[in-house]
Amino acid sequence: MSSFPFLSALIVVPLIGALITAAVPKGKPRQAKFIAMGFSLVVLAITAVMCVRFTAGDRALQFTEHYSWVPDWGLNLSFGVDGIALVMLALTAVLTPVVIGASWNDADAEKRNVPTFFALILALQATMIGTFVSANVLLFYIFFEVMLVPMYFLIGSYGGLRRQYAAVKFFLYSLLGGMVLLAAIIGLWVASGGVMDWQALIDGGPVDPTLQNWLFLGFFLAFAIKAPFFPFHTWLPDAGGAAPAGVAALLVGVMDKIGTFAILRYCLPLFPDASQTFAPLAIALALVGVIYGALVAIGQTDLRRLVAYTSIAHFGFIGVGIFAFTTQSGTGAVLYMVNHGLATGLLFIVVGMLAARRGSSQIADFGGAGKLMPLLAGTFFIAGMASLALPGTAPFVSEFLVMLGTFSVNKPVAIISVLGIILAAGYVLWMYQRTMQGTLNPALTELKPMRRDLNLREKLVVTPLIVGILALGVYPQPVLDIINPAVESTLDFVGVTDPAPTVPTAEPVATGDN
Amino acid sequence: MDTVFAPATGALSWMWLLIALPLAGATVLLLLGRRADRWGHLLGTATVGAAFVLGLVFFLQLSGLPDDARSATLDLFTFVESGSLNISAGLLFDPLSAVFVLLITGVGFLIHVYAIGYMSHDEGRRRFFAFFNLFVAAMLLLVLGDNYVMMFVGWEGVGVASYLLISFWFNRPSAATAGKKAFLANRVGDAGFLIAIFLMFASFGSTDFQTVFNGTAANNLASGTVLAIGLFLLLGACGKSGQFPLQTWLPDAMEGPTPVSALIHAATMVTAGVYLIARSHPIFSANETAQLVVVSIGALTLLIGCVIGCAKDDIKRVLAYSTVSQIGYMFLAVGLGGAAYALGIIHLLAHGFFKAGLFLGAGSVMHGMNDQVDIRRFGGLWKYMKSTWFTFLLGYLAIIGLPPLSGFFTKDPIILAAFNREGWQGWVFGGAALLGAGLTAFYMTRLFILTFHGPKRWTDDIEHPHESPAIMTIPLWILAVGSVAAGGLMSTSVVNWLTPVFGHTEHHEEKMSHWTATGLTMALVVLGVVIAFLLFRRGTALAEQPARTHIVRAARQNLYADRFNELVLELPGRLLTRALVWVDNRGVDGVVNGLAAAVGGGSARLRRSQTGFVRSYALSILSGAVVVVAALLVVTFG
Repeated sequence: MSSFPFLSALIVVPLIGALITAAVPKGKPRQAKFIAMGFSLVVLAITAVMCVRFTAGDRALQFTEHYSWVPDWGLNLSFGVDGIALVMLALTAVLTPVVIGASWNDADAEKRNVPTFFALILALQATMIGTFVSANVLLFYIFFEVMLVPMYFLIGSYGGLRRQYAAVKFFLYSLLGGMVLLAAIIGLWVASGGVMDWQALIDGGPVDPTLQNWLFLGFFLAFAIKAPFFPFHTWLPDAGGAAPAGVAALLVGVMDKIGTFAILRYCLPLFPDASQTFAPLAIALALVGVIYGALVAIGQTDLRRLVAYTSIAHFGFIGVGIFAFTTQSGTGAVLYMVNHGLATGLLFIVVGMLAARRGSSQIADFGGAGKLMPLLAGTFFIAGMASLALPGTAPFVSEFLVMLGTFSVNKPVAIISVLGIILAAGYVLWMYQRTMQGTLNPALTELKPMRRDLNLREKLVVTPLIVGILALGVYPQPVLDIINPAVESTLDFVGVTDPAPTVPTAEPVATGDN
Repeated sequence: MDTVFAPATGALSWMWLLIALPLAGATVLLLLGRRADRWGHLLGTATVGAAFVLGLVFFLQLSGLPDDARSATLDLFTFVESGSLNISAGLLFDPLSAVFVLLITGVGFLIHVYAIGYMSHDEGRRRFFAFFNLFVAAMLLLVLGDNYVMMFVGWEGVGVASYLLISFWFNRPSAATAGKKAFLANRVGDAGFLIAIFLMFASFGSTDFQTVFNGTAANNLASGTVLAIGLFLLLGACGKSGQFPLQTWLPDAMEGPTPVSALIHAATMVTAGVYLIARSHPIFSANETAQLVVVSIGALTLLIGCVIGCAKDDIKRVLAYSTVSQIGYMFLAVGLGGAAYALGIIHLLAHGFFKAGLFLGAGSVMHGMNDQVDIRRFGGLWKYMKSTWFTFLLGYLAIIGLPPLSGFFTKDPIILAAFNREGWQGWVFGGAALLGAGLTAFYMTRLFILTFHGPKRWTDDIEHPHESPAIMTIPLWILAVGSVAAGGLMSTSVVNWLTPVFGHTEHHEEKMSHWTATGLTMALVVLGVVIAFLLFRRGTALAEQPARTHIVRAARQNLYADRFNELVLELPGRLLTRALVWVDNRGVDGVVNGLAAAVGGGSARLRRSQTGFVRSYALSILSGAVVVVAALLVVTFG
């Protein structure tokens, strides 16, 4: 391997970008936008190189770096990624420039500070990357908490209606989770004798089973709020509804996945016995989320809130996949995290484009709009189809893997989750029908922006996401090759194996009793 | 018998082109947008035509292979591999998929040609051909996949293409609603299909046809599991093919342009359920209960379709219910199993010809009559559109089973096979199929006479109905020739051709002779024709007459199937959704907000002061830490 510190570079580059962007005078918004875009593209390039150099079959953490920081606390600057973290990095690296492009004019209105907006996005990216590349529990915790700050200001200062309420609610929820997480980390610190490096904790073996239960609950609660799982989800519709579209895409597309990522990275390997103990509870919550999120999504009257609720249903699928403990369901869950980022990211961005044109995201304010903007309608349709996991789009593969793997160990759960795909068709098609189809809403024809189809910038923003959704839908195997070993290794930590087929493959020769 | 597929050789290794051509057509047409408006329809038609030629080449190559090796698999790439799961993007060209490929591309090409004329005045013609190509690509994937997952990808692909085409005129609320209804009903079926796939993986560790079939044939599987796989597959088949209890979407799908009704909702997509069952014959043959359910659904649906078909006045809806009913016959046949598998397939092929012809004929009538669809407003049209009239006549005679037209050779054997089922079941299912034949003769005669004969009952805006242009009538003529000849030509050749797939079947003792069954069927058909002729030769009332009997009232209401769905599914669903939204806003959010406020020190206060914020943050972290450390101490030293 090379000596280039890829992972620290991934944190430092966007951080420097954020500082430089923030330093741009308020009167030169264009300059700030291009600087931010430039830095996000550098991050994308570094990540691309990493994807090429990553050894897919290797289960150990790769690109590791280690610098001592506060040895007394066990706090080290330890970095390293496995396949799961790598695909999440790739998702972050792709989504950030797309979001910067999508939010190009979002901060211009109402004389808000444009450079700060883009600086905050880069700062958010740096901290989110930090959570993915940390190989030290305390270091992870620091990034996990600090990333709230840029997100808080992005929602609270640049959001829409009720942005203050939403931002505070988001912060409070996360705060609650972070507090419990810190307590649990302190508990772990006590139990492990001050060891906080992930690899060292793994090598030291799991702690006492009773203690595991408490620590697991502490970690899990924090991550269940972040993901969010039912019933800790109610901050998400408010935050997703109030945040600017691009920020919502980052919030739901990447930041929420840190919850599920951390469950895979910390809860399962560090507390294997407790994970098995609490798996039924986690699956129950996730399963309720699948059905509940979809049903509540159907009843929404606001596009952004609707998309937020669909995500709660999708996170339910991810949760089921993680806690079913099979290779297929786990791999499906990780792939789901990536695919959901692309699909829901696109959905949020398209909804943002619609809302910007209409000046409202109320569903009732649209109707028949497909006639006016065929390209935007087509993009909306593709995003919707990806959201309902149509085969040929990426989310199908992940949802299929989750349900298939779950079915092999728990049939009722899998069958109930299949109901979720019928409900998904319901909310997507009804949303599309009420906005794009049917009689043209006369109020729309009078609005000039509603006659403007996608412009060049918007086309450039949606194209990479559409290409990604279709490419990963047709040929997901390269990504699966990266995810599979990491998931298998995680399941090894938990100590579970896949069930064998009930009927041995009928090789006629194998039946003899030689 | 072990199922073994041979790898593709020679030209057959290019079979992926079958799917790639129409897919490329769709992609080009969608990406180029208006720039392709002038020639888009030509490209769309050409790709399907080229696929048909390729299909013929592959067919010839396949027929040159020896009987026991007449199949070709092509492994394109690994689609999904995880743990012990391995799904390849693999294709299979065997006698069964070959006949479907020829039907889809052959009839598909004719309907594409027809649509050039039919859609010539529509500003969305390019978009129409893009979706049409997309449909053909997905349908070909459905019949060419060599494992259940590939088939499922095509399966949902045709569903979305069908949705796009049903709601093609999306600014009409009725079209948008019909498209959504079709998609949802299909998804219910698809959910069943998915569960069947999961069951296969849990049982055999694979979703390949070969592994699943051989595993089932080896008889190691609990019969309950075979039954479950069969019934879940059947649910999928019912959704796609408009069979009971998922039949209500198909008549509404007539909101789409008529070429769509002909290709997707008559000739090809809706027969996918029959393909699924025929393809899965080792599973169904291994479980008699599963077969009995298929037969029952087929028999019930064929009667439902006939009864409602008698009560409708919309030319396309009559044909739609007729499709529901004819697919019921196909289900009946593939449910009977054994020699009847092939009967179901040849009826499917013959139906592809005559029903496509009938729909295109209906489209031609509408074209000449300002898009009028009410048969009470037609009459005497035979003089004005001779080609349409004569080709429609041939399709009509074919569907009622007049010898020697197609239906006679394909439907009568199904009726006979149903009678020959053992015990009382033979009488029930045979009787249902026989009754269906009589009812079919009745409603099709009514449709034909009211449309083309009797007095004119046109609306005032029509002075001189015109015949359609040649680009529409030529496909009509070709399909009419098919309606006449296909049945007779296929009745033995296709059955033999399919033998490598379904295997040889021993002959059962027959409780009814061939001639008795034919005689009975012909008698009922003639009766149906005569009654309809006497009732409708002088035309019919222009307005709907009050229904005198319950059965008429029920038939006009689609046998209350829509009402049932509304009351049992839609209404409770809507109430549940509304209740949950309320609960989520008040209950869940309220409780958690309250908790958060209690822990964090009150959200209202937080919003007011930024300084109190940091302090409470630190305080809450500290208190949490204290709680857990205390708990730890208790656990460690307690």
